[in-house]
Amino acid sequence: MTLLGWAQIALVLASVIACAIPLARYIAAVAAGRVTFLAPVERAIYGLAGIDPARGMGWKGYTLAMLAANAVGFLILYGQLRLQGLLPLNPQGFDGIAPWLAFNTAVSFTTNTNWQAYSGESAMSYLSQMWGLVVHNFTSAATGIALALAVSRAFAAGALKELGNFWADFVRMNLYVLLPLAIVVGLAFVAMGMPQTLSAYIEATTLEGAVQTIPLGPAAFQIAIKHLGTNGGGFFGVNAVHPFEGPSALATALQIWSQAVIPFALALTFGHIVGDVRQGRALLAVMVGFVVVATGLIYAAEAGGNALHLAAGVDPTQGNMEGKDVRFGMALVALFTATTTGASCGAVNAMFDSFTPLGGMIPLFLIQLGEVLPGGVGSGLYGILVFALLAVFVAGLMVGRTPEYLGKKVQAKEVKLAMLAVLVLPAAILGFTAISVVLPFAVSSIQDAGPHGLSEMLYAYTSAAGNNGSAFGGLTADTPWLNTTLGIAMLLGRFAYIVPVMAIAGSLAAKPKLAVSTGTFPTHGPLFIGLLAGVILILGGLQFMPALALGPVAEHFVLAAGKTF
Amino acid sequence: MDAIPTLHAGEARHTMRGGALLTGPIVRRAALDAFAKLDPRRLVRNPVIFVTEIVAILVTVLACRAVGVGQPGTFQAGIALWLWLTVLFATFAEAVAEGRGRAQAESLRRTRTDTRAKLLLRADDRTLWQPRSATELRVGELVLVEAGDLIPSDGDVVEGIASVNEAAVTGESAPVIRESGGDRSAVTGGTLVVSDWIVVRITAAPGSTFLDRMISLVEGASRQKTPNEIALDILLAGMTIIFLIAVATLVGLASWNGQPPSAAVLAALLVTLIPTTIGGLLSAIGIAGMDRLVRFNVLATSGRAVEAAGDVDVLLLDKTGTITLGNRQAAGFIPVPGVTEREVAEAAMLSSLADETPEGRSILAFARERYGIVTPELPAEARVVPFTAQTRISGLDLPAGAYRKGAVDSLSRMLGEEPPPALREAVERIARAGATPLAVAKDGRMLGAIELKDIVKTGMRARFDALRKMGIRTVMVTGDNRLTAAAIAAEAGVDDFIAEATPEDKLAYIRKAQAEGRLVAMAGDGTNDAPALAQADVGLAMQTGTQAAREAGNMVDLDSDPTKLIEVVEIGKQLLITRGALTTFSIANDVAKYFAILPAIFVASYPELGALNVMALASPQSAILSAVIFNALIIVALVPLALRGVRYMPVGAAALLRRNLLIYGLGGIVAPFVGIKIIDVILQLLGLA
Repeated sequence: MTLLGWAQIALVLASVIACAIPLARYIAAVAAGRVTFLAPVERAIYGLAGIDPARGMGWKGYTLAMLAANAVGFLILYGQLRLQGLLPLNPQGFDGIAPWLAFNTAVSFTTNTNWQAYSGESAMSYLSQMWGLVVHNFTSAATGIALALAVSRAFAAGALKELGNFWADFVRMNLYVLLPLAIVVGLAFVAMGMPQTLSAYIEATTLEGAVQTIPLGPAAFQIAIKHLGTNGGGFFGVNAVHPFEGPSALATALQIWSQAVIPFALALTFGHIVGDVRQGRALLAVMVGFVVVATGLIYAAEAGGNALHLAAGVDPTQGNMEGKDVRFGMALVALFTATTTGASCGAVNAMFDSFTPLGGMIPLFLIQLGEVLPGGVGSGLYGILVFALLAVFVAGLMVGRTPEYLGKKVQAKEVKLAMLAVLVLPAAILGFTAISVVLPFAVSSIQDAGPHGLSEMLYAYTSAAGNNGSAFGGLTADTPWLNTTLGIAMLLGRFAYIVPVMAIAGSLAAKPKLAVSTGTFPTHGPLFIGLLAGVILILGGLQFMPALALGPVAEHFVLAAGKTF
Repeated sequence: MDAIPTLHAGEARHTMRGGALLTGPIVRRAALDAFAKLDPRRLVRNPVIFVTEIVAILVTVLACRAVGVGQPGTFQAGIALWLWLTVLFATFAEAVAEGRGRAQAESLRRTRTDTRAKLLLRADDRTLWQPRSATELRVGELVLVEAGDLIPSDGDVVEGIASVNEAAVTGESAPVIRESGGDRSAVTGGTLVVSDWIVVRITAAPGSTFLDRMISLVEGASRQKTPNEIALDILLAGMTIIFLIAVATLVGLASWNGQPPSAAVLAALLVTLIPTTIGGLLSAIGIAGMDRLVRFNVLATSGRAVEAAGDVDVLLLDKTGTITLGNRQAAGFIPVPGVTEREVAEAAMLSSLADETPEGRSILAFARERYGIVTPELPAEARVVPFTAQTRISGLDLPAGAYRKGAVDSLSRMLGEEPPPALREAVERIARAGATPLAVAKDGRMLGAIELKDIVKTGMRARFDALRKMGIRTVMVTGDNRLTAAAIAAEAGVDDFIAEATPEDKLAYIRKAQAEGRLVAMAGDGTNDAPALAQADVGLAMQTGTQAAREAGNMVDLDSDPTKLIEVVEIGKQLLITRGALTTFSIANDVAKYFAILPAIFVASYPELGALNVMALASPQSAILSAVIFNALIIVALVPLALRGVRYMPVGAAALLRRNLLIYGLGGIVAPFVGIKIIDVILQLLGLA
């Protein structure tokens, strides 16, 4: 670790937080319908779709609208991928995508996961990328933000019946937040050297005289929304490690900024919506705290190097550079990795498979903690609110009152729904992994023996259920078993989580908002920040300890003892 | 020392029932009951312990099978034994809590058995009655109760007056007066009429009398889970499912590289991870909380009410009798110019010589104490002028002169002269300070004023300060005018007051506070308090109050002391804190248990994982057994805390949380490291593992 490295980390994080503050206020204003510079466009969309943006929806109406929108989006994408060969904008002449892979991919992009069991440049036509995947990068992100807004509104006042209008939130987030940001960031990426073209791939002759095909495509803007919407699905197979997808350290810094700024901002937006900015700051503090600690741990683990490499005479000052690009450097890789897994983005600019065991465990654990640090756009906020409710419930009893969060009593119904939501991740991750390391046809996907092999499988289901989408590597994912089960894990991680959370929002919204007194459990100070962090670690993390002990932790100690498999 | 008085809920400032936390007979009976409670059909209400029992059965079968096929089953048997003990300790905790309540119920039940009632056949003729068993009385029937009779059931006195010994329910043996009409008309079944007679209209159906409710309450027989308890149960069940998933999937995960751990080991891991500590103590905490309230001579209609008491943030207290002593007392004599204080004192004393009211007595006492004026015998030639509603003046005619005292306006009307300006001034000053002024006259000349003050009970200000720190606003309710009310409110240190309060005002205030999102508690006794008692989130009715008030409230104070509302709030809070603290402790324990068990079960596949054995436990078997034993013993160790309740201090929520997080959160992480290590060392010394 170097001072310069830490300075890079500090600079990028500071710029994210500095921009998140005004962005938070802006998103709150958009959510309240106070931003109207595209009003004619907005009205035209509402008119065409027959939407009355002023009509409020209860939690059921809101959730059903969201589910309907996502179901239609899924079906269209699935059809488009299957029929790719018959559709235009396909200069490479790619065939239609196979059914299992098309299912997996359509689920993946609908759920904001962007798990990719394919390699973009060798499977997807320009139409599929631009009109299939990019559209879902926008819609899945807007879905997440809309849901977070609806949940936030439940805390804003007492005796609410409505949580807003899904269609209005959805349109406004796309129109006023995601599109403008994507245009600005996309232009910046073009300026930094990412391709944005519809021309066919280039045939180049290398110095050795061999012929090399250089894939191109409309990449820059897709990459912009891939990060801004915490989608993470790369244009190219190796994601941001590809020189066209990660052209420079500066582009990496901008990618980190893009994937963290909206999730961080939404924590503060929550404060604006509930009318107490301190509440948003407390959530942000927890998120930033975890990102900083995780970055530090990855950085330290990787800078410490691989014991076997060092024994073989590798320069110890280099650390473990396997699978990392020297253009980015170790510090930015650490921060990128912590934010992409913490923020449920899933883009990668280094290969986790090559990380040291502990360095690779941190991204894995960050996802297992529930993708709330800061989590995906929207999903991170409503996810951390579930933990906040549980933290308030457990510790809130200790101040001698029925626990309440922001004046809303947390009672049996909320606890039941919150536990239902919290159950989804361990059930999907541990359940599928345990089955998949036993079934022979699943086991054959695993590349490595020993604990590392377990980590590969564990990571895949973790990434899918957490709607992260990053790959650990070393796993042959394009098999019917993995395509199907990972698809199910993604659906569970997204929708089996959202429905109980929305039910909580509906239940809380209807409750009176209790007045604050000195007897009220304070949810904005350092004490609550520490408590929430502890609850996330204990309720979100403890159940994964045995699995982690058998995977990366075992690998770490085994490696330290000089043993390989 | 800190000036904050520690208000330990249960301080012996009031009549307290019961005694030591655990006595021999209760423990012996509980030990037996603990086994009866092992019935899975009953245990299923407690998901955590139910799962533990299932696992215990499973491991027992495995141990038997191992022995059956000739394998050494000692390790499995050891695990099985301690799993059973875990379940037993949990059922024991509940049994002890119930046992303490049952002991109280026994004494109550004795008073209830087979009372013969004198059922009146005609409402207007109390000579015509027939005997009827108390259990056959219906609501609305009239019974005659004479000296020496037990009152057969709850009811209202409709005729007559009697002194009643209510020791059976209140524990207080001094008889109280019960009479028809007014606020002292309610009588309780099982109490004894010691003099005179009354006619009672029955208001409770058999089996649902006050005494019946009280018995079932303290026994915990009709105990329903309270809202917070249900929510906590769900959390614990959810955590149990999560850890079930974590442990069950371990079979697959561990078989990736090596053998999966044995079923007994997985069972041990599961039971140590699921929150057995709080799961085992949860119902005991609830029963004990209710019990604390009963020992404190307050009966709640439900556990829900006790919890609501913890949530209260506005407390409505009547001024008279609650905040002030209830009687105004002489606190000063102010002469007009040309008259000495002593002359005023003498005149005031003489005018009050025949005045038997507490105010009058206090004037005599004040004159005696402050001016050394000895109270003379009432002279035979004296002519007493009694207070009447018309004149509003009282006094005494003596040969030495005619002494009068009364409100200054009444006196000046009678005398037909304006009061001297100095007196007018003094009177206004007294009224502004919240006291009551009286004027004193001798032979038609106004000598000065008497200041009658409402005396605030000592210690009230400190208690209100403590309540404020807890986040509870106190509101004084009084019939006094605003001026007087404001002055007393300032002296007592309450946050707000309702002056010239009518029952409607109270109700309106409660509704307004509730609309602002506050929970309100109040105490009341009169029939006209009933709507407000019903509207309040916690309504504490007085045992001496009317039946209507008792029905409207959700708690009844047998001592009829409205200040106890404060302690009731504390008991409610203490109940919730105890639950939260033990839950936190239970969950925090998991960290250490992982460090004990995980290396132990994986060390066969990866010997290098022994590095995680930070406690340096002797062997994998000993590590697992130690964790299981700790997990069982901690339940017993915490039974006294569960029954007594976590200490409550009236500080703000933030300070309270910091303190409890430190003790039960951090303590919960550290304690099992120490405990498991000690058990491991002992196991080694005994050569058991």
